[in-house]
Amino acid sequence: MISRPTLSRRGLIAGGGLLLSGCDRIVRQPTIEGWVEGAAGLHQPAQRLLLGRDALAREFREAEMSPTFRSNGNTEGDAAWAAHAADGFARWSLRVDGLVKRPLDLPLTALKAMTQRRQITRHDCVEGWSAIGQWQGPQLGQVLAMAGLMSTARFVVFHCADKTDDVPYYESIDLIDAFHPQTILAWAMNGRELPLEHGAPVRLRVERQLGYKQAKYVMRIELRDTLAGLYGGKGGYWEDVAGYQWYGGI
Amino acid sequence: MDEDKDFTPFKGRILREDSHAPRAPVRRHRLSTRLWHWINVLVLLVMAMSGLMIFNAHPRLYWGAYGANDDPAWLEFGAWTDAAGVNHGGITLLGHTFDTTGVFGLSRGADGAELALAFPGWMTLPSTYDLALARSWHLAFAWGLALGLAAYLLWSLVNGHIRRDLHITAAEWSPRSIARDVVDHLRFRFHDGAYGVLQKFAYAGVLFGLLPLMIASGLALSPGMDAAAPWLLDVLGGRQSARSLHFLGLCGIVLFVVVHLAMVLASGPVDQLRGMITGWRREGGRP
Repeated sequence: MISRPTLSRRGLIAGGGLLLSGCDRIVRQPTIEGWVEGAAGLHQPAQRLLLGRDALAREFREAEMSPTFRSNGNTEGDAAWAAHAADGFARWSLRVDGLVKRPLDLPLTALKAMTQRRQITRHDCVEGWSAIGQWQGPQLGQVLAMAGLMSTARFVVFHCADKTDDVPYYESIDLIDAFHPQTILAWAMNGRELPLEHGAPVRLRVERQLGYKQAKYVMRIELRDTLAGLYGGKGGYWEDVAGYQWYGGI
Repeated sequence: MDEDKDFTPFKGRILREDSHAPRAPVRRHRLSTRLWHWINVLVLLVMAMSGLMIFNAHPRLYWGAYGANDDPAWLEFGAWTDAAGVNHGGITLLGHTFDTTGVFGLSRGADGAELALAFPGWMTLPSTYDLALARSWHLAFAWGLALGLAAYLLWSLVNGHIRRDLHITAAEWSPRSIARDVVDHLRFRFHDGAYGVLQKFAYAGVLFGLLPLMIASGLALSPGMDAAAPWLLDVLGGRQSARSLHFLGLCGIVLFVVVHLAMVLASGPVDQLRGMITGWRREGGRP
C-alpha cells in the first residue's frame, strides 16, 4: 500500500477557506454572473411554451384557505396614501396612463362597479412559503380595454404608494400576463375590503408568478414600450435592488 | 456498440482479495457514463449549495398546499438567545429541538461575526446571503441536471447499459443474494466486475428515483409550471409538500454521495478514479 500523507485538520480548514473564497470569486465574476443570470432568457420562453397564454393557476375551495395569510413586504404606504387610508380611500382614484388612447382616473367605486372576478389562489413567495387566500376585483384586461392600448404598448407598470428607504415600489408585467383571465386588480381579500397591510386599496394579482410581482398599494398603471429608463431599468423594485428575475413564473 | 466487447462479462464473483498481482487493464466505464458522472459532480454540487442558500430564505418545511410562518412546520432551523445572553442555533424536527450552534441556525461569517443562517456560508453558494443569485445559479444548472439525466437515460437504454449493468435480475432479488452482498460489504470485499446487487439498488434508486423526484419536485415549486401541469402537485401532495420532498431528496442524494465516496475509498480510490477518468481499470488490481 502507498502511504498517504495525513492531512491536518488545520490544513483542511485552510484548504476549505481557500476553496470558499475561490468559489465566491467565480460565483461573483461578472462574466459568469451575466451568463448564469442570462439563463433566465431560456427559462421564460421555455415556460411560456409549456404554459401557453391562458393556462390557469389552480383555484381552491374555501376550506383549503390558509387560516392566516401572512402579509409581506411593506405594510403601509407613504404620507399621501395614509391620508387616503384615513378617509377610507373615498377620494382616491387609480390613474391609468402612458401609451393609452384614453387616460383614466378610476375611483374605487368604479372598480367595484365593474364585472368582478373572485378567485381562491395560492400565493408563492420567492423565499419559499405559500398562503392560500381569496381575491376579488375587476380583471386588469377590462381596465386596459377601457383605456385602449396604443399599438406600441408592451409593458404594464404598476406604481405603488409604498417605499423602502425612499425608493418607491413598482412592478411590471407583459401583455400576455396583463390580459390573462386571472390577472385582477383586487380590492377585496377573504371576503372583506383589502386590509391595509395587504395593499389597500388595490393590489395586483398575477397568479402564475411569484409574490414580489403581486404589487400592493397600486396608485397608477402606466403603459410603456420599454422598461429601460424607469428607476433601475429592470422592471421592478426587487429586480433593481436585489437582482430578482423579472419573469416571476419560476 | 463497439465499446461493449471490451466489458468483462460477469463470470461468477470476482473479488478484489482474490488477486494480488496487477493484471491487464479492463474497460470499466463507457464514455457516456464518465462524462455524465463528472458533469454531475459539478451540477449537483452547484445545485445543492445554491439550494441550501435558497432554503436559508425560509428555513421551515411544511406538508400540504400552503405553509408560512403561522402554520406548523415539521422541520425548522432557528436561532435564539438563552437566559445568560448566549446565542444558539438549532434545528426543530417534529417538535424536538437540537442545539446545533456553530453549524446550523447560527454560525460565524468570514469576519467572525455571528450570523443567524440555517446553513452556514461554507455550505452555500454564494457564501453570503443572496437569494436572487442563488436562484439564478440553481435554475441555470437545473437545465444541466434535467437534460443530462434525460440524455444519459436515453443513451443507456440504447447502448444496453441499463439492461446489462443496472437491471436487477430475479436471482439478485432473492434475500440470499442480498444478504450475501451485505456480508461481503461488511467484510470489505467488493465486486470488481459487474455491479453488486446493493450497488445496483443504489444506482437505480438515484437514477430512477431520487433524480427524477428532484426534477419533478423542483418544477412543482414554480407557479408557472403548476399552471401548465397541475397534475404535478396532485402527485406530490401540494406545493409545500413538494418543497419538503425536494429537501428530503437532497438528503437522499447527500447520503448516496457519502456512501459512494466511502465505497470508492474502501475499494481502491486511485484505481476507481482512474476508471472513472480514463475508462480503464486494472482488473482486480490494487492502486
